[in-house]
Amino acid sequence: MSDVIVVGAGVVGAACAYYAARAGLDVTVVDRGPVAGGTTGSGEGNVLVSDKEPGPELELAVLSNRLWRSLAERHDRRAGAGRHGGFEFEPKGGLVVAETGEIQRALVELAGKQGLEHSLVSESELRDYEPNLAEGLAGGVHYPQDAQVQPMLAAARLLRDGADSFGRGTLHLRLGVSVTGFLRSGERVTGVRTSHGDVLGGAVINAAGTWGGEVAALAGVTLPVLPRRGFILVTEPLPEPLIKHKVYTAAYVTNVASDSAGLETSAVVEGTPAGTVLIGASRERVGFDRTTSVPVLARLAEQAVALFPALRDVRAIRSYCGFRPYCPDHLPVIGADPRRPGLYHACGHEGAGIGLAPATGHLLAQVLTDQAPDLDLQPFRPDRFSEESL
Amino acid sequence: MTFHITIDGRRVAVVPGQTIGAALHAAGVRSWRTTRFGGRPRGLFCGIGVCFDCLISVNGRAPERACMLEAAPGDEVTTS
Amino acid sequence: MTYDLVVIGGGPAGVAGALTAALAGLRVALVDSGARLGGQYFRHTAAPSAESGLARFLRLGRMLGERADLLLRHQAWHVSRDGEGDFTVHCNAPGGGPVAVRARRLLIATGAHDRPLPFPGWDLPGVFTAGGAQALLKGNGVVPGRRVVVGGTGPFLLPVATGLAGAGARVLGVYEAGGGLGLAGHPLLALGKAGEAAGYAASLVRHRVPYRTRRAVVAAHGEREVEAVTVARLDQDWNVLATRVVECDTVAVGYGFVPQIELGVQLGCGTRQDVDGSPVLSVDAAQRTTVPGVWAAGEPTGVGGWEQSELEGRLAGRSIAGRPAAGVLTRRRDRGRAFGAALQRAYPVKAGWQGWLRADTLVCRCEEVPLARVREARDLGATDARSIKLLARPGMGWCQGRICGYAVSCLAGEPERPPRRPIAQPVALGALSDLAGAANGTPGSSSGHGTPGAQNGTLGGTAGDTTDKTAH
Repeated sequence: MSDVIVVGAGVVGAACAYYAARAGLDVTVVDRGPVAGGTTGSGEGNVLVSDKEPGPELELAVLSNRLWRSLAERHDRRAGAGRHGGFEFEPKGGLVVAETGEIQRALVELAGKQGLEHSLVSESELRDYEPNLAEGLAGGVHYPQDAQVQPMLAAARLLRDGADSFGRGTLHLRLGVSVTGFLRSGERVTGVRTSHGDVLGGAVINAAGTWGGEVAALAGVTLPVLPRRGFILVTEPLPEPLIKHKVYTAAYVTNVASDSAGLETSAVVEGTPAGTVLIGASRERVGFDRTTSVPVLARLAEQAVALFPALRDVRAIRSYCGFRPYCPDHLPVIGADPRRPGLYHACGHEGAGIGLAPATGHLLAQVLTDQAPDLDLQPFRPDRFSEESL
Repeated sequence: MTFHITIDGRRVAVVPGQTIGAALHAAGVRSWRTTRFGGRPRGLFCGIGVCFDCLISVNGRAPERACMLEAAPGDEVTTS
Repeated sequence: MTYDLVVIGGGPAGVAGALTAALAGLRVALVDSGARLGGQYFRHTAAPSAESGLARFLRLGRMLGERADLLLRHQAWHVSRDGEGDFTVHCNAPGGGPVAVRARRLLIATGAHDRPLPFPGWDLPGVFTAGGAQALLKGNGVVPGRRVVVGGTGPFLLPVATGLAGAGARVLGVYEAGGGLGLAGHPLLALGKAGEAAGYAASLVRHRVPYRTRRAVVAAHGEREVEAVTVARLDQDWNVLATRVVECDTVAVGYGFVPQIELGVQLGCGTRQDVDGSPVLSVDAAQRTTVPGVWAAGEPTGVGGWEQSELEGRLAGRSIAGRPAAGVLTRRRDRGRAFGAALQRAYPVKAGWQGWLRADTLVCRCEEVPLARVREARDLGATDARSIKLLARPGMGWCQGRICGYAVSCLAGEPERPPRRPIAQPVALGALSDLAGAANGTPGSSSGHGTPGAQNGTLGGTAGDTTDKTAH
């Protein structure tokens, strides 16, 4: 018997478990696969504030950004300095670039509304930030708070640190265990049925990511979480870093918020500590189809080369795809489900799950321990979707 | 019936059809790059294009598999 | 232009399949990454000697060259199937430019590569896979070293050792980890290949090469390159019983083969687990995979040697050309398959090899991942090979796990999964981006495009603009 059962050992589930354990609760995490085996294992590790329009998601991102920093510092204090949190935390900053003067004006306007720390970068200053950028770009905006983590390691470390470092709550990790149903007493959820027996708990957190809708359905409630496919190209490791920041084009911001079912791509390019360059981002609604699309990979390559011409001769050695969990209004679902007492949700973070995970876990831990959450959870409430949006 | 390539400036005879990797071996050079993290020496291992241990830069181009790349007259090979 | 058939792989299976189909009147292209046909078994120098088996293969190759398009030095990196069921094989042409070959049917004959096991010092220069040492000799006429130790398991060690000895290397020993009976009880004898086995045995005796079973190379030593190896006496599970050091300058090791099936996996072809646990492509009696229009022959359907591969290639070629499967051929193929399975059963890899590793032994050569980091990943909740890869990076590098995949699966305690490698060969981003123009205009491509205007956001719209520019 645990205080909290977390369904899903991705980064969001790991953060929920970590903060709940830190708040003194006994936690059991169940996942049908290994740690970070779903969407977390297919992500780039973005911890971005720059790409959010002003509003509740931006507030969540800002809180989360602060929490990622303190998680990294806390780990390094215990494990030794310079460990980057044990999950390759890199506060490298983001550079959004504009192809035209018109786009640059829109970027500047957005930056003004966001209220984030930023610097406007003129056309002539772009290469002070990124010496290898193409010529002919109109300018950009630099956001020093943008960061990156290695998402799989981040999830694993949160689970490990949650299990190790807090004497009050305990954290049990049960991998290879599939949730097959919910235990209920009347309307109230009292645990989960699994492939390995029943697990009882005072509360159940649905952190099943792209499969969050299926888990909700097992509890008898609807949650419109759907997959949006994204491909990432990985290059050969480079002897010298070519790209310092997370660099992306303005189209990324609009694509994230777009409702189109068709293919959308924008250039998102960054280096990693392993020496490789990661190239995104594409978005398509094609269900859970993993078939590699050469036209999509070609578009990603084309856009990356347009931004960094030196990449032309660099070789892609891998690609992978993942399924971002999105909701119709592109906001995550965070909080208690009023339709099913005892059930909480923490899913639907679309492409921002890595970045938003700590804030999600922190806020849910506050709710579970009857504290007032640091942010208003109204915009994220699970029953906000009207019938017609389903 | 041989031709020549240069390995770090040294003239080496090559039999037509030999790969850069074979030419290096025939010239007594068994490693030509070091790894990124451990600085360990690497040369041929699988010999058939699978392992990528034998990457080498020829004529200043991006590194290629020495076991796959046939030597051509005048090739300039740089080891590191 | 769309071919009737494109064959990937120019070894015995691919050449036999391509030639059979071409002789039946089909328009055929054959793609191979090598400079010459031959694959691993019939690898030869640019001026080959007229040894009997090779001469026959070269004759077939010449016949094929007159009847089909040979795309040599072309590396196939991705195969896709379009809405009408046609296939596009994306290749790097010599020099790196992109070439797309279209065909109605596809034959996967991509062969296999050595299966190495890690051991301390296995990344020292001078340590080769058994096939690598052989390729240097057969394909280039270069003897890999002066004092050579051959180790591993399986009948392939014999031709490697006799080949090296015949070329003038001093082969200090052949250390077969399995067995226990010596050459007299060699499974080749039991399997009706007495002539072949006797030939190797005589050659080993002639060159005074000791053949020892239940022995393995468990460590290589040296600073810049290999100077000595530790040879261990093993128990039946390959745990070390005793060791001695042998001075040498070259090591050739191989523990069986890994069928190269990733192009089939890209297309969604069904797989099965072979006797040795390797994932291989499932085929029916006519060598058809589970994807319509795709055939497979040779090692990708299960390791069985060159004769079996050629036979499967012929069967595939007949089926592709719409000819009925001849009973004599299928019966021979089935017998050959049973032989291949028997060999795999006779030379299993035993778990004791994991005890040869130290904490700092590299498991993954590309990303330099030592055993300790694999263990750490397991402690962090990586319960399978994929999550070990995600947490500790073995298999994330240049070779995409071809070399370490088997070892990592063993360390994860699971059979090897079918490899997911959507980009099977490195491709320059410039070459890839050049496909964007062509691809955007392709009808029925799997990406599709949104309704006009929908993909242009209020801010950017670069992606949409690019589409418009290049679609015409």
